[in-house]
Amino acid sequence: MDMAVAEKQYTTISGVPIEPLYGPERLPDLAAPAPGEFPYTRGIHETMYRGRLWTMRQFSGFATPEETNRRYHYLLQQGQTGLSVAFDLPTLMGYDADHGLAEGEVGKCGASISSLEDMEILFGGIPLGEVTVSMTINSPAAVLWAMYLAVAEQQGVDWKAVSGTLQNDILKEYIAQKEYIFPPRPSMRLVTDTIEFGARHTPRFNPISISGYHIREAGSTAVQELAFTLRDGMEYVEWALERGMHVDEFAPRLSFFFNAHSDFFEEIAKYRAARKLWAYAMRDRFGAKEERSLKLRFHSQTAGCSLTWQQPYNNVVRTAIQALAAVLGGTQSLHTNSLDEAYALPSEQAVTIALRTQQILGYESGVANTPDPLGGSYFVERLTRDMEEAAGDYFRRIDEMGGMIAAIEKGFPQGEIANASYVYQRAVEAKEKLVVGVNAFQSEDQPIELLQIDQTAETHQVKKLAALRARRDNGRVRKTLDALRRTAEGTENTMPFILDAVRAYATLGEICDAFRGVFGSYQETAHI
Amino acid sequence: MPPPIRVLVAKPGLDGHDRGAKVIARALRDAGMEVIYTGLRQTPEMIVNAALQEDVQVIGLSILSGAHNAIVPRVMDLLRERDMLDVKVIVGGIVPDDDAAALKRQGVAAVFQPGASLDAIVEFIRGSVYRA
Repeated sequence: MDMAVAEKQYTTISGVPIEPLYGPERLPDLAAPAPGEFPYTRGIHETMYRGRLWTMRQFSGFATPEETNRRYHYLLQQGQTGLSVAFDLPTLMGYDADHGLAEGEVGKCGASISSLEDMEILFGGIPLGEVTVSMTINSPAAVLWAMYLAVAEQQGVDWKAVSGTLQNDILKEYIAQKEYIFPPRPSMRLVTDTIEFGARHTPRFNPISISGYHIREAGSTAVQELAFTLRDGMEYVEWALERGMHVDEFAPRLSFFFNAHSDFFEEIAKYRAARKLWAYAMRDRFGAKEERSLKLRFHSQTAGCSLTWQQPYNNVVRTAIQALAAVLGGTQSLHTNSLDEAYALPSEQAVTIALRTQQILGYESGVANTPDPLGGSYFVERLTRDMEEAAGDYFRRIDEMGGMIAAIEKGFPQGEIANASYVYQRAVEAKEKLVVGVNAFQSEDQPIELLQIDQTAETHQVKKLAALRARRDNGRVRKTLDALRRTAEGTENTMPFILDAVRAYATLGEICDAFRGVFGSYQETAHI
Repeated sequence: MPPPIRVLVAKPGLDGHDRGAKVIARALRDAGMEVIYTGLRQTPEMIVNAALQEDVQVIGLSILSGAHNAIVPRVMDLLRERDMLDVKVIVGGIVPDDDAAALKRQGVAAVFQPGASLDAIVEFIRGSVYRA
């Protein structure tokens, strides 16, 4: 019996071995600087949630912009404090709703947006000077952002007052989520254009949310998520510096997005290590002076890939535990997944429970009463330091390859993630890792009510687009697209020209086609 | 020893989530099958052409975007047109029960939903190819 206990291997969900007991050994400086002090391991604010709770920001969007707009009004009435837009796959890939490749996909994974008209409908009755909006859009991010800024303009809101976040993280698309359009270098130019434009015109808007979420969902370990995300962040900084910007001009507006996965302590350690690593990188690698440049601010989302099709109500519990890890890790905003995540986009009932989970954590549990309550825990401090070291090894390897783009071109992060996800799946198969309801404690499931998105969304969007194409000034559209093409061929910032095209009601597909003509399209070499 | 089973693992549609497709491809290869992975964003025409050229016995379609009702019937139609219905089509991904039943009526051999075990998929492919 004792032998069996001694021999059993305990590992985190990422496969990191866990020792039988943690004590003060190898923790010489257990008393880390206080929250709000460099390197911010314990949090970026002195008072953390005593000052203000995290932003409860549920990611949502489906079918038409009309239907999504109704969901936004509902969520705001329920006490949600920020909006987060999900776009459908044609939008994410820069195709209009009436493109051949969009057939069957319109409105399925998010809201369908093909033109400024759709964006006007999406935010109808929502004051963009008051509500902060996050937009999950990457390859065509500059175009959707231009549409958003044009709607703000129509509402009479000063761009200086507009606040929110654009995901706009193209590197993790090549690494993990695979929604890329153009090759890496022209894509990085577009990202740098938005960072530069944002620094000049939208001081309260985060032009990028450097994301580990999708890297983790693609099957990475916690360390890989941490390392690849921060290294991506350094790549963006390098490009902006090369553009001639000063680091403190743009660094305060770089934001991050991490997964909140199931291994509770490993996740908390990941967030703590992320803050510390970023603070050092910004100060020592890039010479940032402003305190705001050194502070890593992040959004988090509970792990969609951890949620099960089997016994779906258990997902409420998984999400609550993951959300608690994000809060104890000091997140600035949070999305909690809905219990029907493994089936469909969430129903209104499911998304309400997910939001209530955050409200219970924030208002009932007491966990927000003091910053970094796990600071000083032997276990959490050791995990934090081990995570830091392991991420440092990845930084060195990627630097040696010549940076993140070179590493991506070699297939390095993609291969690391594919290996990790296969190892994990094998462990589930062998029941070395148990998933309740899937490979242990199985039972018959009761069916749940699901949100249905039928073909009417597609028909509606296609019809609206045909009417727009007939109604708008097509001469002006052509002129703005020609100007955009010429800018893309040169080196000038593309944002003002995208804005002109968007204001003329050039569609997303037309603008992306102009870029495709200049930049080309990207195809990855698939490895298994 | 019969020759190894040849399988085309394909990602149709705009969906870029390739974690499942890659894990399945490796599991089938580890089970001794010859696996060809198409990569992302394949049209039904590209998939059926690849199946013909690679002379596969099985096509595995991985779809997580909800576009299965638009995509899978087109693959089945093309197989029918080209007299390739001896190729078994299996679908994996987020496919609700009602849709799965409808796809099977159109000739799909099996639909594997989230949580399906790798061994079950391997066994199903072996059983359906060797029985035929």
